[in-house]
Amino acid sequence: MTLLGPILMAGIFIVPIIIGMKSHTKHDIMVLDETGWFQGKFKNNVGDNGLTFKAFTGTQNAGKDSVKSGKFSSLLYIAKPEGKETPRPIIYSEKQPDINIKNYISKIMNDEVEKTKLTEQGISEDQLKAIKSDVAITTIKINEKGQEEKSSTELAMILGYVSSLIIYMFIFIYGVQVMKGVIEEKTSRIVEVIISSVKPFELMMGKIFGIALVCLTQVLLWIVLTTAIIGVFKTVIPDKFNPTKTDQVSTINNQTVSGTQASKVDAPSSDKQVGNDIMSSLKNVNIVQELLMFIFFFIGGYLLYAALFAAIGAAVDSETDTQQFMLPITAPLIISIVAAQAVMQNPDGPLAVWLSIIPFTSPIIMMVRLPFNVPIEQIILSLSLLVIGFLGTTWIAAKVYRTGILMYGKKVDYKELWKWIRYKG
Amino acid sequence: MDIFVAKEVTKRYAAQTALNKVSINVPENSIYGLLGPNGAGKTTLIRIINQIIAPDEGELYIHGEKLQPKHTSIIGYLPEERGLYKKMPVGEQALYLAQLKDVPKQLALKRLKLLFEKFEIQDWWNKNVEELSKGMQQKVQFIVTIIHEPKLLIFDEPFSGFDPINATLIRDEILELRKKGATVIFSTHNMASVEELCDDIALINKSKKILEGRVSDIKHAYRSNSYELSYNGYSENIKSLLPESFTLLEESSNENLRTAKIKLPLGEGPNTLLRFVLPHVEIHAFKEMLPSMNDIFIEKVNENRASVSSNLS
Repeated sequence: MTLLGPILMAGIFIVPIIIGMKSHTKHDIMVLDETGWFQGKFKNNVGDNGLTFKAFTGTQNAGKDSVKSGKFSSLLYIAKPEGKETPRPIIYSEKQPDINIKNYISKIMNDEVEKTKLTEQGISEDQLKAIKSDVAITTIKINEKGQEEKSSTELAMILGYVSSLIIYMFIFIYGVQVMKGVIEEKTSRIVEVIISSVKPFELMMGKIFGIALVCLTQVLLWIVLTTAIIGVFKTVIPDKFNPTKTDQVSTINNQTVSGTQASKVDAPSSDKQVGNDIMSSLKNVNIVQELLMFIFFFIGGYLLYAALFAAIGAAVDSETDTQQFMLPITAPLIISIVAAQAVMQNPDGPLAVWLSIIPFTSPIIMMVRLPFNVPIEQIILSLSLLVIGFLGTTWIAAKVYRTGILMYGKKVDYKELWKWIRYKG
Repeated sequence: MDIFVAKEVTKRYAAQTALNKVSINVPENSIYGLLGPNGAGKTTLIRIINQIIAPDEGELYIHGEKLQPKHTSIIGYLPEERGLYKKMPVGEQALYLAQLKDVPKQLALKRLKLLFEKFEIQDWWNKNVEELSKGMQQKVQFIVTIIHEPKLLIFDEPFSGFDPINATLIRDEILELRKKGATVIFSTHNMASVEELCDDIALINKSKKILEGRVSDIKHAYRSNSYELSYNGYSENIKSLLPESFTLLEESSNENLRTAKIKLPLGEGPNTLLRFVLPHVEIHAFKEMLPSMNDIFIEKVNENRASVSSNLS
């Protein structure tokens, strides 16, 4: 787990980039433009997208035959529409053309058709320019903000989901470890020797905190190793990590890795540099908050569940008996991780808000919501409830634990547990 | 002075009372036996002394001081159900358990080395506990019980699981600890070991203490005025030499000695008996038959049962 974890984590970041790289293979596209409107509008290799365009002279059928016989891979056929209708282009190709090709072509054509239509409406070139630039100014503003929001939405989703996944996994793995530890102490009967030296409560808390430290070490190791693996990957293919306006995938990755590292990357042009700096400084702030919250919710969630796992361990005689008690504890965990998908779509919906405040689901759901700017009072409420929840489960667990660890050979059910909780003293 | 005193200790579980106003006084530097049938409440009392569970009522004192958490470091406890961490090396584990009892690491190491040699398990220091035989694990467990040189030792069935050689080793060790000034409370069913070791006992039955005192006093109180006589030189039934009120309990013989067990009526002493038989037989041995702890145990428990059932009917 120590090594496999970081490799998997790094994979989550690296694989999309590799997939992204594959989509930029070179494509030659013949253009048969019967309208003549788009001559010279298709530029070669815009934004390193690997597309080159050549005019094709001949009929539609001749072009299709050429594609069939493999003379060239794709033909873009733009038939002359009747009257003023929008042209309906067709791409003939051997293979299914990828989304990049379609997007680029439709963008160019839309721009062109729009321009023509505006001119036809009696809007002059100057007016158009004025309007366009006007629009462009507003769009830059909106765009700048919008683009940032967009990229940070995706970043937020990845960040939120990954951190909630880590919390989920670690609560599960290490909660069960606490349980196993308690069962081991109980079945090996060492427990009676130990609790003649320390209080049962101290022993239980010692176990929980001890494993928490192992757990935190593991998480830190993961973070360090993941960063290291991505770092190595970055030096091997550095250009893929450069943020460009068109390459969103790599932009996201750069920011995710960390602000400081992102700023180390050489940006090819000055405006990218500025953008990059803004991004990195912005992300720096968020990452500190994010990390802090992650640690709070991680520890809070772990403690809450670990106490319950310890109680189960004390109540049973062997691991095979744990089944009936495991379900009510694992259910909220599983529900949270399933609900995380829905929460990501609608991070401010009532489901998201409630789940992020209830202590049993909040460690996971709040992590998903956090990058979407959760109101501070909700965070405080959620954290306070988590602390109260932790104290509550520990209190209950301590009672079950105290009685359970010295109880052998008794079939324990919920009624019995309730009795133990009500014992005084 | 009593090292440990329990006053009217009561512990109830949901349905039953595990201890009902039990008071015991454990004299300093004695070996104190806690006897009773299964389920009588011995383990509950022991757990209360170890502060594993708290009593519902009653008070406990050590050296006249109210029992409190700091006292755990002067108590050594060997539970009936024992165990160690299976996957942990013996030495490391012993060291850990010693430190749990506030023994400094260096001192613990020194003591452990001596004890491991004494019990001949020094070669097992680095082995995992699960590689040890049951008897060896018991030795390790015994060592960690006494490693902090406790003033008060509590053994719950200390001899169960030991072979005769190791049981003797443990017995000698218990006696030596007492010689060094420790007080030992031990709970057992093994009446032979009670006779052999205990100075004082308390008998608990059905959550109540039904008997307490010095073993010699108890035996004295329960003696039945019976004597065992070994003799020869008289081939007739010895009964014919005795008055009617004397009862011949048992008679046996081997090649040249005959043995008779005779119960005397109240008020008659051994000299009376001797006076009757002396003119006719040659006496080789003569001794009073004291009741064994086993007999007293059974008698008291049955008596108690009878009184409980007669109360019920």
